[in-house]
Amino acid sequence: MLMLEARPQPSKAMSAASPLIALALTAVIAALLFLALGKDPMKGLGIFFVEPLNGLRQVSEVLLKATPLIVIALGLAVCYRSNVWNIGAEGQYLLGALAGGGVALWLTTHGIVLPKMIAVPLVLLGGVLGGMAWAAITAVLRDKFNASEILVSLMLVYVAQQLVNYLVFGAWKDPQGFNFPQTKTFDASTWLPTLLTGTRLHVGFLVALAAVALMWVFMFRMFRGFQLQVGGLAPAAARYAGYSASTSLWTAMMISGGLAGLAGAMEAAGPLRQITPHISTGLGFTAIIVCFVGRLHPLGIVFAGVLLSMMLIGGELGQSRLGLPNALTGVFQGLLLVLLLACDTLIHYRIRLRRSHLAPL
Amino acid sequence: MNEIALLIAATLASGTPLAIAGMGLLLNEKAGVLNLGAEGMMLVAAIAGFAAAFTTGSDTLAFLAGAAAGGLLAAAFGALVIWLNTNQYATGLAVSLFGYGFSAFVGVEFVGKKLAERSAFEVPLLADIPLLGPALFKQHPMVYLAIGLMFALIWFLYRSRAGLVLRAIGESPESAHALGYKVRWIRLGAVIAGGALCGVAGAFLSVVYAPLWVEGLVAGRGWIALALTTFATWRPVRVLLGAYLFGGVTMLQFALQGAGVDVSSQLLAMLPYLATIVVLALISRNPAWIRINMPASLGKSFHPGT
Repeated sequence: MLMLEARPQPSKAMSAASPLIALALTAVIAALLFLALGKDPMKGLGIFFVEPLNGLRQVSEVLLKATPLIVIALGLAVCYRSNVWNIGAEGQYLLGALAGGGVALWLTTHGIVLPKMIAVPLVLLGGVLGGMAWAAITAVLRDKFNASEILVSLMLVYVAQQLVNYLVFGAWKDPQGFNFPQTKTFDASTWLPTLLTGTRLHVGFLVALAAVALMWVFMFRMFRGFQLQVGGLAPAAARYAGYSASTSLWTAMMISGGLAGLAGAMEAAGPLRQITPHISTGLGFTAIIVCFVGRLHPLGIVFAGVLLSMMLIGGELGQSRLGLPNALTGVFQGLLLVLLLACDTLIHYRIRLRRSHLAPL
Repeated sequence: MNEIALLIAATLASGTPLAIAGMGLLLNEKAGVLNLGAEGMMLVAAIAGFAAAFTTGSDTLAFLAGAAAGGLLAAAFGALVIWLNTNQYATGLAVSLFGYGFSAFVGVEFVGKKLAERSAFEVPLLADIPLLGPALFKQHPMVYLAIGLMFALIWFLYRSRAGLVLRAIGESPESAHALGYKVRWIRLGAVIAGGALCGVAGAFLSVVYAPLWVEGLVAGRGWIALALTTFATWRPVRVLLGAYLFGGVTMLQFALQGAGVDVSSQLLAMLPYLATIVVLALISRNPAWIRINMPASLGKSFHPGT
């Protein structure tokens, strides 16, 4: 009989291996699914895990898509480490896109052309503030009204999406846009500069890498970061030490809201250059998976962000080349997270074979 | 007058899936398991039910398919959180994300297909009463079954021995374990039953309420149902009444639009979600009240000593 036996200490090796095991299991199930769909499994897996890295253009697209995922996931890692369950990053992202995009749109419609050095930071700042403001609603209701941050932040995603629709179908609609629900294209002065000519990869990627470094310093070298994590691991100890739970909640929500908002502004002023109802494709939810697969660690999140971005692009390639439904990506993403959580059991337990006729000592 | 009757009827219909899912989640939570996978279970069940109704034409089969799909996903969720002691928040979230993706994937060929409008069940005699008849007694059978379910749940939880054991496990799994009850198996049973009820609710949405399939059809109702259990302070009667309240808010947007109120449809569409937030904040405001009513072991995993 298979038994789970508690390890004396959590296994560091398993903590690193668990995402790889989960990924391998996901790939096996994916291969079976391709077989069931009548496609060559090797070809299918190639589309998801090899093809997105084929050539500079493809790699730049992978990094482009990984950028918002990494930025959002960094903020979520702070939340989950401090036991604040913000699952509404999608809403904070949307508000960041609205606020940052709103700044760009305002400059555009008023014909104000600022130097890029001023316009772009303004747009990004708008995004950060927009995301923070949206996260603040959740934080206030948790702090003052004791309302579950899980449910409130998630409900606010639906509200945010309707707000986007309200604006792009209404006040912000491009008058010359043939009645399409979209804003004007922003003025070129507000666009994020691209890094490589011929690709869409923009400065935001460097911003994401800088955020990774800063987040590492915050989590592992700053007292406030330490306080947050104590609050997450042992709330009673944190209370005893006099760390304020309310301060931790606000810090975590403001960091994650601000970063999600930043990601939204970078998408709006980066590859999209306008706001449409489809400004998000569920990036705020995918970022949750990035966060867990990356072990809530800034460096891990970089790898996980690139991996999930490959899966998103693989899904698009699979649709155009093999005629696979695009929804397949969502299946793989969900599966990856479920399997990861299952594999994480091996961090704290090991599997032992025990014969049932032996009486326990 | 007739409009009011129709509005009441629509409110009951729109509250029914919330009530059924909410009572399923109540059963989970009374056993100490917080199921954030409800949205995913409802989605997978919605497409399973829709596919069954579309191919066989039988509503009974559709509801059975929905219950089976919800129960199956719940069993996987239960195995993870009860035996592998994974974090209940993260696992539920993972199940919801998986359910969203999986239902979209399976449902690709059903997008845009429609089912015939389901005929209402007219309660003999009562349906002929003016005003009250069309408002209350011309509904899909599932609407009446949801009310029956509430009575069954009250009986089970507060009048039966099995319900007592279930509540004991939710309050103190350690004590129940010490008394010799199989905590894990009973929790798994509660999780599967709760998932099956979420499944019935999902199938009701796609087969009776919509009746069509689009990606993300459930549109957050799984999460609203989760909020309902807190809102109801874990009492079946209040779950049902709360569900009708949210159903009413959902219908209010259509009523306002119908009445020609000059508010954009996007702002009106926010109403159910805003209402959930407001109600949740008002109910949770008093932490002591929540602590008294909430099953004490909710969300915590249980490790039996070896």
